[in-house]
Amino acid sequence: MTFRARHLLGIEHLAPLEITTVLDLADRYVDLNRRTVKQSDVLAGMTQINMFFENSTRTQASFELAGKRLGADVMNMSVAQSSVKKGETLIDTAMTLNAMHPDLLVVRHGASGAVNLLASKVNCAVLNAGDGRHEHPTQALLDALTIRRAKGRIQRLTVAICGDIAHSRVARSNLILLGKMENRIRLIGPPTLMPSGIGEFGVEVHDDMRKGLEGADVVMMLRLQKERMDGGFIPSEREYYHRYGLDADKLSHAKPDAIVMHPGPMNRGVEIDGDLADDINRSVIQDQVEMGVAVRMACMDLLARNLRLERGRKIVGTMV
Amino acid sequence: MTTLHLTHARIIDPEAGTITQGSVTLAKGVIAAINGPKPKGATEIDCGNHHLAPGIVDIGVKIGEPGERHRESFRSAGLAAAAGGVTTLIARPDTAPAIDTPETLEFVTRRALDASPVRIRHMAALTKGREGREMTEIGFLLDAGAIAFTDAFAVTQDAKVLSRAFTYARSLGALVIGHPQDPGLSKGAAATSGKFASLRGLPAVSPLAERMGLERDLALVEMTGVRYHADQITTAHALPALQRAKESGLDVTAGTSIHHLTLNEIDLGDYRTFFKLTPPLRSEEDRLALVEAVANGTIDCISSMHTPADEESKRLPFEEAAAGAVALETLLPAAMRLYHAGHIDLPTLFRALSLNPARRLGLPQGRMAIGAPADLVLFDPDAPFLMDRFKLQSKSKNTPFDGQRMEGKVLATFVNGTRVHTA
Repeated sequence: MTFRARHLLGIEHLAPLEITTVLDLADRYVDLNRRTVKQSDVLAGMTQINMFFENSTRTQASFELAGKRLGADVMNMSVAQSSVKKGETLIDTAMTLNAMHPDLLVVRHGASGAVNLLASKVNCAVLNAGDGRHEHPTQALLDALTIRRAKGRIQRLTVAICGDIAHSRVARSNLILLGKMENRIRLIGPPTLMPSGIGEFGVEVHDDMRKGLEGADVVMMLRLQKERMDGGFIPSEREYYHRYGLDADKLSHAKPDAIVMHPGPMNRGVEIDGDLADDINRSVIQDQVEMGVAVRMACMDLLARNLRLERGRKIVGTMV
Repeated sequence: MTTLHLTHARIIDPEAGTITQGSVTLAKGVIAAINGPKPKGATEIDCGNHHLAPGIVDIGVKIGEPGERHRESFRSAGLAAAAGGVTTLIARPDTAPAIDTPETLEFVTRRALDASPVRIRHMAALTKGREGREMTEIGFLLDAGAIAFTDAFAVTQDAKVLSRAFTYARSLGALVIGHPQDPGLSKGAAATSGKFASLRGLPAVSPLAERMGLERDLALVEMTGVRYHADQITTAHALPALQRAKESGLDVTAGTSIHHLTLNEIDLGDYRTFFKLTPPLRSEEDRLALVEAVANGTIDCISSMHTPADEESKRLPFEEAAAGAVALETLLPAAMRLYHAGHIDLPTLFRALSLNPARRLGLPQGRMAIGAPADLVLFDPDAPFLMDRFKLQSKSKNTPFDGQRMEGKVLATFVNGTRVHTA
């Protein structure tokens, strides 16, 4: 077993072997989740707090379910409506919670680096559930698991990531993960939605979607993040859909067995054709949701093991 | 006032570009003799073969008076300056309220008078409230002692307003200090665009926004003939424009900040908010180009751009945190990094730290010459220390050098012929 991390802040800090470790363990949790009795006790007695500074339905539900299935006591803090509105800073909120001795802290925040900041102030394990435009590590891991189960491997594939790359933490985490696992990556989207310095990332960049999709094994669509845009990135949604929306015609340029992915929530008719999204022969979007719970169980399981080890060492240390 | 006779000094003369062994005599607030005999009754100070240079003249220091005294007062800024070898502070008008009327200017001048062990001169706002709509009473403000006019980091969008302010300032011979930056592109930016900012997911500004701002200002200088100083040039892209303007005979000078000369964008890696600056830290290529530009004189001045920020405004996620760093006390040791790296020799450094800023402002300081004001700094460029931010004199402790190894300690600071700081 190779997984040394204390926190899960980003894919950037994970070694390829650690990624494989998560995926292998997650595979086992997929099996558990398909049983009628989905109970495990690896987190029994532990407290998990979900702090979502940004609204989220699916990720928060996924983390909550993952914690409950592993036997943790799960608490959801809807920070969006609480003390933060009264002017309390992120660090003070974190230190207050820390004093209640949680073991796992799941955090989503609208500012890049906010979860790193928080992790430096608490002594439990912190899981990044998305910070600004920085990283969303569990999403990249669940995408990797979905690809590995559909394609049989997570190496030497051609993966096209399409759409709003600039505003997407999902794209960043996936870029790093897929790069670490030695895949060929193509980014497709209008140049206004590409991050700066993209030429130095070691990826192919396309603004013609049909060309970009040629020979792709995996097509990852991204949501157009209207809430992060301060205006004027694209002329209109209909022009965007015409040029970058995934439909059967554009998909025909990819490999015939290419899978279609989307992290959700989808804007049907903006970045993806509704029928295509529901096509069980091509779309693995529902699988992604299923893998999400398993991957989060695996991550929390591994972090909890490291936490126990660390605390064990501390106790031994004080006794001597 | 006692006469001081400083012996066994390595005397840095930025004008001549030399370092010579000898003594300096300070009497009646001026340098009375160099390598002269010890006058009768003078107090002798043995400099122990350490370096003696004209004190630093620091353009663009933010002090929290009026409005934010919990961040920095004239007293704390003055003590920090003395500890850092800065003998003349040129204070910024981006206070709350802005220093944009002769009344406010007189108020701060009076407040600063006895509070600080070093000299403080004040800049006034160029437009009312630094809002970029109407010019301030430039004439009255000059009479009240304003040394230059600037809106600090607020960039006036309307070129017409600026052209009128420049024209008016020109008629009075006032010096205008601009912040070259395109306001639209740089809005909300916390980093310089490129691979690094993209990986960190930070809102970023293209380095070209600085050139755009500079080119606009330079065109207005050409149009109006005003005396112009760019507060900070921080990118390689802006340097050719600056050089062209100088060659074409425009009355233009430029400064840069010590942070942009010694740090780069990679330092933002851990999202440490003490590294959040205006403008944001640049690439290593930019940094090296700036060092070269200071060495060859394209960039005239080095400033601390001292910007105190309280703990609350820095204990936030990077993009939400306040920008700016304190630097009065770290300016000299940080500048020594350039010396130790072999990039810039000591006389050239003090040309940019002391002589050029004083000259540009029309002050007699910055020179190692008989009759020049006895504002000096004695320092050891090789003394190593570990930077501990809580030992700073400044009320705010936001230094990006916290915890770093530095070399270069100020041993003593003299202002107006009196010792105001001893290490």
